[in-house]
Amino acid sequence: MAEGKTFIIFQDNMDARPFIDAVEADNPEATMQYEPGMIRFEIEGPLTVSRETLEEISGREVDLQEIHMHLISLSGNLEEDDDFIRLSWNT
Amino acid sequence: MSDIGKQRIKPLRTNYGHIERRIGDKPATRYQEATYDIQSEIGFHYKPVYDSGRDLYDVNLTKIVMKDWYSFMDPRQYFYTPYVTARSLQQEVMDKNHTMIDKQNLMATVPEELKQQVRDVVIPLRHVEYAANMNNQYIADKCFGASIAGVAAYNGFDHIAMSQYISKLALMLDDNEEVNLLAAKEAWVNDEQWQPLRRVVEDIWVIDDWFETMVAQNIVLDGLLNPLIFGRFIADITGKGGLPISMLVSFMGDWYTETIRWTNQLVKVTVKESDANKDLLCGWVEKWLIRVEEALQPLAQTAFGPEGTKHLEGVKQELLDRLAKQGMKI
Repeated sequence: MAEGKTFIIFQDNMDARPFIDAVEADNPEATMQYEPGMIRFEIEGPLTVSRETLEEISGREVDLQEIHMHLISLSGNLEEDDDFIRLSWNT
Repeated sequence: MSDIGKQRIKPLRTNYGHIERRIGDKPATRYQEATYDIQSEIGFHYKPVYDSGRDLYDVNLTKIVMKDWYSFMDPRQYFYTPYVTARSLQQEVMDKNHTMIDKQNLMATVPEELKQQVRDVVIPLRHVEYAANMNNQYIADKCFGASIAGVAAYNGFDHIAMSQYISKLALMLDDNEEVNLLAAKEAWVNDEQWQPLRRVVEDIWVIDDWFETMVAQNIVLDGLLNPLIFGRFIADITGKGGLPISMLVSFMGDWYTETIRWTNQLVKVTVKESDANKDLLCGWVEKWLIRVEEALQPLAQTAFGPEGTKHLEGVKQELLDRLAKQGMKI
């Protein structure tokens, strides 16, 4: 695996949709790959999701921790805050 | 032994054709599916018998012109299910508040003069809330596009709810006696201080252009009255021993914070569409702002005494700042 490459994989369902859209919106560089039942994002470097984007897309107040309900897998160090989630490698 | 092979089956369609033409070939949200192009736009073969000059749904019922009436979409993404789910959760909280105040007899801890002030300031507002429901149902009836009909109808229901919460408060203030409700009705109809507001409310009923009703009711009247009374006044009496009262109207504050999200969005897209729209909107806001502000003066005095004018000025400035952020100049 290339250095600093992070990925995150979501279940592909209705409830995960706002999270998927938010990752897509916040990380325009990331590649998005549809697999059966899941969606995989890969990016060279850190990957972030902000609560602001997520709340705008889902139209309600969201606790970022809800993201774990929809995750299948991820790689990198996970940094969690009330306002953002960041996935990166210490290089 | 062979692995379980995975096979990707590409769905033939990801969403409906009419949604796909709007958002492209990707999964749509339930809100988009339940809203976009739901209202009929063609085939209005029969004219309404009560007004043969118009179609059943007619873009000409307002002077506002939009190329696409679905440019406005509710940022809360309310269609039936999320709306009722959100409201039922809030209703549960209000129910618990009612039960607790009843059980612990908390109303007895509120000083009598504070109760009287609430009777004078808050209770007659149930009639204003009821009028707000009528205005919103009027908008839902005349407007064009399911996204606006939706927010207007839900907003009307919310106002009915607030009217009922105020009635409930009136009953709880007086051990379930109806004296207060009757007195508030009497004040609303005959008391000097309420007549300017009553006049404004009744004038909004008879506005013909539904978008002007929207501006007068949901942007100007709600924009001044709600923060003045359910924001500032309630905050004021909470500090003086009126916490139980505050608990009984807590929905109103939450509702307002939520509601300005869609009114802001509506103003933003309408103003952005054209300068003609912008001029119309600004004209309506100016017209109703002057009238509503004047009508609320006596109420502000009753609520805050000599500080009243200052508080009214304060909420007006907040409203103007908020509208300016959406691109309006007043």
